Amino acid sequence: MTATSHTNPDRAGIQDSYLALARSKRWMNLVLLILFVALLVGGFNTAGDRNAGGFWDGLPNVLDFPADVIAEAIERGHLLPGYMAKYLPSLIETVNIAAASTLLGAMIGLFLSLMVTRGLAPLPWLVGPLRRVLDLLRAVPEIVIALVLIFMLGGGPVPAMIAIALHTIGALGKLFSEVNENASLKPVEGLASVGASWSQRMWLGVIPQVAPNYVSYALLRFEINIRASAILGFVGAGGIGYDLRNTMSWGQGKFDEAAAIFLLLFLTIVIVDQLSSVFRNRLTHGLPSAKVTL
Amino acid sequence: MTATALHAQTMVHFSRKRMTALALPLIALAYFVYIFFAFDIAGLGDRINVGNARTLVSDTYSYKTHVTQDNRDGAFSIAIEGERKGAYETGTAPDWVTLGDRPVADLGGGHIVTFGPQVTYDIPGYGTVVAEPGQRGVQATFPPGDIPDYISASKNRVMINTDAGRLTITRNRTEVFKYNYGWELFFFTLDSPYHGLGPVALLGRAVSGEAGAIFHDFWTNRMWRHGDVAWALYETLLMAFLGTFGAAIIALPLGFLAAKNFTPLRSLRFAARRMFDFLRGVDGLIWTIVLSRAFGPGPLTGALAILLTDTGSFGKMFSEALENVDGKQIEGITSTGAKPLQRYRFGVIPQIVPVLLSQILYFLESNTRSATIIGAITGGGIGLLLTQAIATQKDWEEVTYYIVLIVLMVMAMDSFSGWLRRKLINGDEGGH
Repeated sequence: MTATSHTNPDRAGIQDSYLALARSKRWMNLVLLILFVALLVGGFNTAGDRNAGGFWDGLPNVLDFPADVIAEAIERGHLLPGYMAKYLPSLIETVNIAAASTLLGAMIGLFLSLMVTRGLAPLPWLVGPLRRVLDLLRAVPEIVIALVLIFMLGGGPVPAMIAIALHTIGALGKLFSEVNENASLKPVEGLASVGASWSQRMWLGVIPQVAPNYVSYALLRFEINIRASAILGFVGAGGIGYDLRNTMSWGQGKFDEAAAIFLLLFLTIVIVDQLSSVFRNRLTHGLPSAKVTL
Repeated sequence: MTATALHAQTMVHFSRKRMTALALPLIALAYFVYIFFAFDIAGLGDRINVGNARTLVSDTYSYKTHVTQDNRDGAFSIAIEGERKGAYETGTAPDWVTLGDRPVADLGGGHIVTFGPQVTYDIPGYGTVVAEPGQRGVQATFPPGDIPDYISASKNRVMINTDAGRLTITRNRTEVFKYNYGWELFFFTLDSPYHGLGPVALLGRAVSGEAGAIFHDFWTNRMWRHGDVAWALYETLLMAFLGTFGAAIIALPLGFLAAKNFTPLRSLRFAARRMFDFLRGVDGLIWTIVLSRAFGPGPLTGALAILLTDTGSFGKMFSEALENVDGKQIEGITSTGAKPLQRYRFGVIPQIVPVLLSQILYFLESNTRSATIIGAITGGGIGLLLTQAIATQKDWEEVTYYIVLIVLMVMAMDSFSGWLRRKLINGDEGGH
């Protein structure tokens, strides 16, 4: 660079044009930044205007409700273990909704992911349409399906399970197919050469290669689905979310039960997050003392 | 190791592999059996509401028009979906109703209902039913023979439910429902002069200077409320935008605090990390509840709930990205005599910006969905409209409309964030 610029008679010209370019880029960045900040501030103002209570009016009250809940929880702290036992079945239902829908979604998503991976798909003409189906499943928020299903099936865990499972199919189907694309095709070709059927090729040739990634993604999804399951309970699909809404609507003086549910939910989410992150680490990086086994 | 020992060991490994390969599906199966009983899936058949399901499905692609006669004073009215907003003005009617002293509704396929003091219904293949509502109930005469299943008649009420429509006669009112395909009044309500005009005619009017009025009538359509729906979509996007980028701005400095290579102080790091865990663990649902107590329902509450949850997620991700930065670039910048702030600006930020941007944009897309859900709980945006429409249990065409809009919005957001991600990140790489 220096050698060429040394012999270049236009060195000053190049330097000038470079500096001009850098300056204009800096200006451009500044303009974009100002635009972005303006959008953000304007957006907050609009949101505040359309809110029932304004930001600055509400800010001093943010801690009122948590303070009420905590005060009541402390005041009647001796009741908390009893409440936790009382709401444990609901919590198990919430976790079951998440687990069943993750398992169901992962199984169907796994099958669909193989159907939409180029090179592995048994019916190549189906790849495009099935991908659109996955996009669609991913785009519909769980709550939409859950609310419609609650209208048809009544409340309870089944609408929530179906709604979350459908979304999981879309999400995991896409992630799994990205994983499949990185799988080596050599085992598949080997199996094909000995006359294995499509399902045998997939089951023995592809899935063993990518199973750790599958499990890792499925665990991540399980974390997300526990949250979704609690939220859907809140709109009437059973589980701990439903109890939370009921205890909340009893109002002041009953917040100790809400506190117990908050605590249960918080602990569950944190524990599941931690466990799944330990498992995922182990899957992606291997055991510290792992021996190579067959 | 001898060949036989190796063989034996291999066989043990093989059988163990085979056992796990068999055990995993069995465990999954056992779990589903447990779920089957725990969720009472066998009892689902009793709980399923077929009537609800049928209304829901038929409402999504058809609408019904109510033709009502008040049997006490003879008042006659026609309204789409029986709603005031969809009522025909007195003296006007759809083309299948003939007004007059004795109005006639032609339900198609030869089904003809004639109103008046005496109501008659010509049913093809059966005959004419004549009914006379009065003080003492409904006097109905049927053609000779057995009364078919689709007619239910009692002293006070006659109901005829055919494929063409439904006629209900009680002492006080006579009502006909006619089902038609499509979403009626989607563009203009009946009080608008543009109702019933074709696209060509509309274009002609628009060109001749009525574009503003046409748009106004469409936008303020009282039946479908396009203006309100657009606002709701905007609110939902606003929640996602403010929540995501607000969280990113707050999480960036906090991410430095939680990263091992930037904060040597262990306790500070620990505090920052536990705060992220707390923000994420409390979860959007609880934040939404807590915040809506303080700020009331609305988009700001939703935006702040997303902001708090995502500050936790971003903080964790950013700190991990920061721990993976390459020290050489920072060293290089330091060797030119750069001050700490310049080291961050030119040594660290360029390395992490592509990673962070791509994560932020992923979240922006998924938060569009979250904003819909949070809106349904906290009362803002399209989520609120959706729950309201579902709560009425009859406006399923509107529910369908909102669902289509939500799906389009999420997909548009998905492609937009994907496009931006490619553009920004590839553009950055190209610039180096």
